Amino acid sequence: MLHTLLKSVREYRLQTIISPLIVVSESAIETLIPFLMAAIIDQGIRPGHLSVVIRVGVLLLLMSLLSLTLGASASWFSSQAAAGFAKNLRHDIFSKIQTFSFQNLDHFATSSLVTRLTTDITNIQTAYQMLIRVAVRAPSMLLFSIIMAFLVSRQAGWLFVCVVPVLAIGLFFIVKKSRPLFRQVFRQYDKLNRVVRENLRGIRVVKTYGQQGAEISKFRQSAKEIAQVFAKAQRIVALNMPLMQFVISTTMLILSWLGAKLIVGKALEIGQFVSLFTYSISILYSLNMLAMIFSQLSVSQASAERAVEVLETAPDIVAVANAETEVPDGNIDFEHVSFSYPGTDDDQLSDVNLHINSGAVVGIIGETGTSKTTLVSLIPRLYDAASGVVRVGGKNVRQYALKTLRDQVAMVLQNTILFSGTIRENLKWGNPTATDEQLNHVLEQAQAKSFVDGLPDGLDTQIEQTGQNVSGGQRQRLTIARALLKQPKILILDNATSATDTQTEARIRQAFKRELPNVTKLMITQRVASIIDADQIIIMKRGGIEAVGTHAELMASNQWYRQLYQAQQKQTGGDHHE
Amino acid sequence: MNKRRRTLWRLLKLLVRDYKGWLTISLIAIILSALSGVAGSLFIQQLIDHYIMPLTRAANPDFRSLLFAIGVMALIFYAGVIATVIYSQIMAVIGQRIQEAIRDQMFEKMQTLSLRYFDQNDYGNVMSRYTNDVDTLMQLITQSFPQFVVALFNVTFALAAMLLLSPVLTVVSLVIFATSIVIVRWLTHHSAKYFRAQQASLGQLDAFVEEMLNGERVIKVFSHEKQVQAEFETYNETLRNDARYANGFATMLFPIMGNMGNLLYVLIAVLGGGLAIMHPTLITLGTIAAFLQLSRSFSQPIAQISQQLNSIVQAMAGAGRIFQLLDETPEDDQGTTTLVKEGESWFWQPADASRPRVPVKGHIQFTHVNFTYPQSHAGLHDLNFDAQAGAKIALVGETGAGKTTTTNMLNRFYDIDSGQIMYDGVDISTIKKADLRRALAIVLQDTHLFTGTIRDNIRYGIPEADDSAVIAAAQLARADVFIKDLPAGYDTEISGDGEELSSGQRQMLAIARAAIVDPPVMILDEATSNIDTRTERLVQAGMDNLMANRTTFVIAHRLSTVFNADLILVIDNGRIIERGTHEELLKLHGRYYELYQGLA
Repeated sequence: MLHTLLKSVREYRLQTIISPLIVVSESAIETLIPFLMAAIIDQGIRPGHLSVVIRVGVLLLLMSLLSLTLGASASWFSSQAAAGFAKNLRHDIFSKIQTFSFQNLDHFATSSLVTRLTTDITNIQTAYQMLIRVAVRAPSMLLFSIIMAFLVSRQAGWLFVCVVPVLAIGLFFIVKKSRPLFRQVFRQYDKLNRVVRENLRGIRVVKTYGQQGAEISKFRQSAKEIAQVFAKAQRIVALNMPLMQFVISTTMLILSWLGAKLIVGKALEIGQFVSLFTYSISILYSLNMLAMIFSQLSVSQASAERAVEVLETAPDIVAVANAETEVPDGNIDFEHVSFSYPGTDDDQLSDVNLHINSGAVVGIIGETGTSKTTLVSLIPRLYDAASGVVRVGGKNVRQYALKTLRDQVAMVLQNTILFSGTIRENLKWGNPTATDEQLNHVLEQAQAKSFVDGLPDGLDTQIEQTGQNVSGGQRQRLTIARALLKQPKILILDNATSATDTQTEARIRQAFKRELPNVTKLMITQRVASIIDADQIIIMKRGGIEAVGTHAELMASNQWYRQLYQAQQKQTGGDHHE
Repeated sequence: MNKRRRTLWRLLKLLVRDYKGWLTISLIAIILSALSGVAGSLFIQQLIDHYIMPLTRAANPDFRSLLFAIGVMALIFYAGVIATVIYSQIMAVIGQRIQEAIRDQMFEKMQTLSLRYFDQNDYGNVMSRYTNDVDTLMQLITQSFPQFVVALFNVTFALAAMLLLSPVLTVVSLVIFATSIVIVRWLTHHSAKYFRAQQASLGQLDAFVEEMLNGERVIKVFSHEKQVQAEFETYNETLRNDARYANGFATMLFPIMGNMGNLLYVLIAVLGGGLAIMHPTLITLGTIAAFLQLSRSFSQPIAQISQQLNSIVQAMAGAGRIFQLLDETPEDDQGTTTLVKEGESWFWQPADASRPRVPVKGHIQFTHVNFTYPQSHAGLHDLNFDAQAGAKIALVGETGAGKTTTTNMLNRFYDIDSGQIMYDGVDISTIKKADLRRALAIVLQDTHLFTGTIRDNIRYGIPEADDSAVIAAAQLARADVFIKDLPAGYDTEISGDGEELSSGQRQMLAIARAAIVDPPVMILDEATSNIDTRTERLVQAGMDNLMANRTTFVIAHRLSTVFNADLILVIDNGRIIERGTHEELLKLHGRYYELYQGLA
């Protein structure tokens, strides 16, 4: 895991290495200070040598200034390194997502990818900075202080060696007892969030049925559960401070007794005695710091795992070397094509064979869950067939460069997604160099020109994310125009006119017929009326194609189709009386 | 700043009001704990000057008095430890109680707010008040407040002890202290500035990533990966830059404060040592040793105070948001008239219980109703119509024309600006809101279910309904068939998002949920979503069943609904522009005619 993450350090390697080096030297200097202080007392103050006091004093002042500079620069370098590392990591994850296939994307929910790019990386950044600074400092302070204590007095050194495990056990106990509780609290937070979210989203339902009281008791219940477990966890964590205080006090008391004995026995000097107090405190505080680092790093571990999961996902659609960059025509062929989504058993498509002529108008119809979208997704290689061959223009789709294929096979997705920006900017996704004339031309074909012209800013109207200013049907027409701008050889509309009224839809179809005679046009729809005059109608069933034919042929041969047509006729009034 | 102070003040009042006793105990414990800490430093002076030094000079050192002194010190130390246990435990518990109480208060308050609040506030924002904001507040109570107070007392006591030991060295300490404060303020000022910038650039990156990843499939279809990547880089670089400065300044605080402590330590030793050599009577060795300890307990709390001040300021922002929610004005409900359901029927409950109840008929009248949404020009203008009991009223018009707004007036999700709406001749503003809404069920286009069993979701409006009522409602909604097919039937657990169910099935459940309440007046918002034909037919049948025998307002998308309506209201720009039956309106060759072309 670490190996994958560390690949993102790159140009920040220098800062990453420098920081711990500086920290080690800073800790060494800091632990020397009490030692020299003892010298001031024992060789300067007690014998009354002012010159020693001043000489060592100046040395000490310089040392603390040096230590200050080192400490501050370690902070600085580690911040640079961590911020840079986080940036590279975000870059790597975002780039990785750009190489993902639809299949990869299906695997991760969008919100989870967003969290990975933001919250998770912020956690990793904090942990990284901790690792190259504090996580180096705490053990080196601990180690150096124990060494110095031994140098000052062997007995005192052993005292610390004995005290350290006592505190370590206490801290371990606190971490061990509180961690499962905190994990439980996190789960309960999910529940609380769920209650609030459902309440907010369904507030109209709550108010309609007057169920505020029930909602409140539901909420109270989960708030209470959180408070109970959280209080338990907090009370355990709150023991940390008195534990430290207890161990420090005890150490001081033992040290006082031990020190007095040693001093009287001429085995220890007063100044050394004072330095031992300082060492005891820095040993115990470093240990406490280690426990804190440990529990914080374990929090970031989950984040690191989630980031690595993205980085280690292999994109499963890649273009071949020497890929074709020219699509000759709009012929489409399916030869023994099978497909199923990973992790599911049922074949979405099994052994599908189909030929569509360049320039044909093809309707695709069928009930929910009958692989209509799956079928067309294989054409621009949004997914790869599990077996069999899909051909476009007579060539296997895998032979094309992805960009070539997707530019020539324009697909209008079911979700009408536009990006924030002006209408012009959105349309230009289809062709960055398009002139206004070209934009207006495709808008006309998609029956969107009149409403765009009607907007106060025309092509420069900002698309709002909430989409309040453009209706669903209008959005659909904009996404169609955007796809037309690619001048594709194959155009696929996946339910792309569902929110558009039948008249407008008919006008769009007429425009296609008139102006795009050579473009192969595939339309997925729920309405028979939309595809009644198609060259070819494909009826989908679970697992593949049920029937292919013209409207007249299917009316004669396919009962489901006939019934659907009749039902829809009745629904729309049956008689067209005006 | 002033606002923050007011928030802090209000928070403290809240704390003191509910936990006066516990806080007093806590405060006493904090003082004792701080005193015991300072006593430790003073003890070192005593230890060296009064015990160890005389002992080194004695021919036959007697350690008994030292043992006694250490014993006394042990008592003081351990009393301090116990005091710390006491206040930290108390604060941990109080923090949790307050957290729970505030969450409950917020949620209860939220249930009383009008829809205006829910429409105007972003959900993510509201939710973060229950989690992030309450969390920082709890952190403040369990950690920052006590540590701040402890640090404050530590500094005060340390200062007093220092003055007691040596005024000269105290002055030196104070100079260093002042310098530290200046440095701390400078660093926190800079880091705070960049932290704000970082927060903002993180927000921008978040929004960008959110939008792009939502449209990732479009990016791929258009082979637009490179362009998006380039745009991402600019956000990413800005964030890196803000983050490195923010963290750089913030983390520099600790080594700088620590080493300022070292500096003070050295200065005390040198100056104290010099003084002790030149004027042995003025300063003893024990004094210097004790002072060295005190200088630690002096510089550390300063770093702590500055750190806690930061988190207090942050928590105040959260507390401010919490209070803002608690201060929202609740939906006003002046209504006194009550509606009751007894058995199968609904009655008007007269104020005088002895008078006979009147059955509810379901006659709705709008007279000169005007309404404008806040901060918007959209609304309704002079709406007049009469919906006879049992009639079907179809509302037609384009998106945003005011169809939903009209129904929002009826169940008082929003209150009209002027005019009058009557329910069986009773002004709806005089009816208790809860009763009005229960007697006016609504089935919305997007179905919101709640986590729980299917049974609980169906009887959401009447939790005490028995199984036969639940099944009857499900049958009416044509949901019975698919529910029986589920592995656990009516006991199937569904999540609030209802991912386990198709959108058609969710709609059927929403219909069943309304059916079980069996209200005299219904509002239906027909779905336009593209569900497959067979399911759609089932949903329609359920809706038709629901419409039978009651006054129904339908936001219509289906032609068959419009054909069968007793009255069609064509709404445009918040006004009724045409009204009548299907036949009458077609003859007009007006707006309805145009819309009809679209529907067909």
